[in-house]
Amino acid sequence: MLSQEDNVLLKVENLEVHYGDLQALYGVSLRISKGSIVSIIGSNGAGKSTLLATITGINKPTKGRITFKDEDISGIRTHKIVSKGITMSPEGSRVFEKMSVEENLLMGAYLPRARRKKEELLKRVYGLFPALKEKSGQLATYLSGGQRQMLAIGRALMVDPEVILCDEVSMGLAPVIVKDIYHKIREINQEGMTFILVEQDVKRSLKYSDYSYVIVKGKIVMEGPSSQLPEEEVKDAFFGIHKYA
Amino acid sequence: MEVLLQLVLNGILLGGLYAMIGLGMSLIFGIMGIINLAHGDLMIVSTYMSMVLAMQFSGNVFIALLITVIVMMIIGFLVQTFLVNKVVDKGSEPPLLITFGLSIILQNVLMLIFGADAKAIPTQIASENIVTTPWFSISAIYLINFLVSIVVILSLHFIMKKTYFGRAIRATSSDVVASELVGVNTKRIYAYTMCLAMATASIAGLLIGMTFTYSPTTGTQYLIFAFGVVVIGGMGNLVGTLLGGIILGLSQMLGSYFFGTAYQLFSGYIVLLVILTFRPQGLFAEARK
Repeated sequence: MLSQEDNVLLKVENLEVHYGDLQALYGVSLRISKGSIVSIIGSNGAGKSTLLATITGINKPTKGRITFKDEDISGIRTHKIVSKGITMSPEGSRVFEKMSVEENLLMGAYLPRARRKKEELLKRVYGLFPALKEKSGQLATYLSGGQRQMLAIGRALMVDPEVILCDEVSMGLAPVIVKDIYHKIREINQEGMTFILVEQDVKRSLKYSDYSYVIVKGKIVMEGPSSQLPEEEVKDAFFGIHKYA
Repeated sequence: MEVLLQLVLNGILLGGLYAMIGLGMSLIFGIMGIINLAHGDLMIVSTYMSMVLAMQFSGNVFIALLITVIVMMIIGFLVQTFLVNKVVDKGSEPPLLITFGLSIILQNVLMLIFGADAKAIPTQIASENIVTTPWFSISAIYLINFLVSIVVILSLHFIMKKTYFGRAIRATSSDVVASELVGVNTKRIYAYTMCLAMATASIAGLLIGMTFTYSPTTGTQYLIFAFGVVVIGGMGNLVGTLLGGIILGLSQMLGSYFFGTAYQLFSGYIVLLVILTFRPQGLFAEARK
């Protein structure tokens, strides 16, 4: 089990983000070790999606720093950050509706480094998600919620990144499908991929990750190796029980 | 009867040219979601450019076109990068204002340089008929316009469907954030889309110069044609644009037949109004979010 000090791939230091006058993140700090699955647990509006959006360059931080492999990536444009090896399966999947499943996946391998090995990457994605292979010619807009989520993760895999951020992959999906997706995430992680999972489900987040952060109203209120965080305490923090808010 | 047949034929052939005019506007609105009010004027700029270059190269329109297309693509890239990209995500008013301003500037620059008189690009083929039968004739320039339109539209269709570049454009139009997340530089894609629009506008510009007379203010009329084509055919659909052009051309010709030549343009606009009333998304539109 990697401790958080080993081989830090991504570092977030004292991040502050504002939307106009509204502050969304208050001095958030994270360390993501290579090869780990880190979960960020919080309720709606806690700042989880803002955090992911800032790491991927969709938002610009007001203060603080984001470092990837010792390189400062704070505030640079999303496509540049992606080319360095970070991508995201965004909230709501955001698949390309009018393109087929296969075209969606091929778009994932847009950058030269991935495009060179697109056949190999495609084979790997189809191996992990046979349902996608079955529907490879179908337009993404006709997929079910679970299939869309798989497509979003598959597309992220096609980028051939080092880190994949997953924004609420379980949203709106049946438990049995969510379980399948999380098992696949674990499988991919065992092949070396680093994951950051943002979720509202406390139990699942703790179960499937190595290290967890709990975020409440834009602040990290708790963190630690997932196996050592008591579920009840995390739930208390999550619901904003007094001592943590 | 022969007259009607001739008019229907001309309507269809002319429709090809109209489709070309609408293509640039359809691309820009379909991909970027903005209306380029300077579209017609940029096209006429390319007409003047082709005219000047054609005179320099002793009437060789091909070289003139080649250079014009390249210059216009560069202009389009610069306009997009330094003007339009700044406002593309700021709502619908700023792009309208910027392109309107650009339109005024272009018209006046042309007026300053060339004066307000109508001009034409005189070529042999413009006045010849390529097919003459007792029932109808096909003028060479009309046929060329139509065939060039088909080739351009098919080429664009191929680019969009089969190349990574075309896919990147379609992805960007579908979801900017998701595109950036796979590494697409969406602002650069917008610039390239503008280049494509300028290339088609340049070709349309040359054809217009060879078919009709033009002056610095002609751009506005063609802007309205472009609107007509895009509204009738529906946004973001290449084949729809072609059909939209043909319907506009046919409406004009049939209108002139039934109501008199003075009603040619008017008939086109009446049809446009009718379609706008009953099917505002266009006849062949794909559903846009």
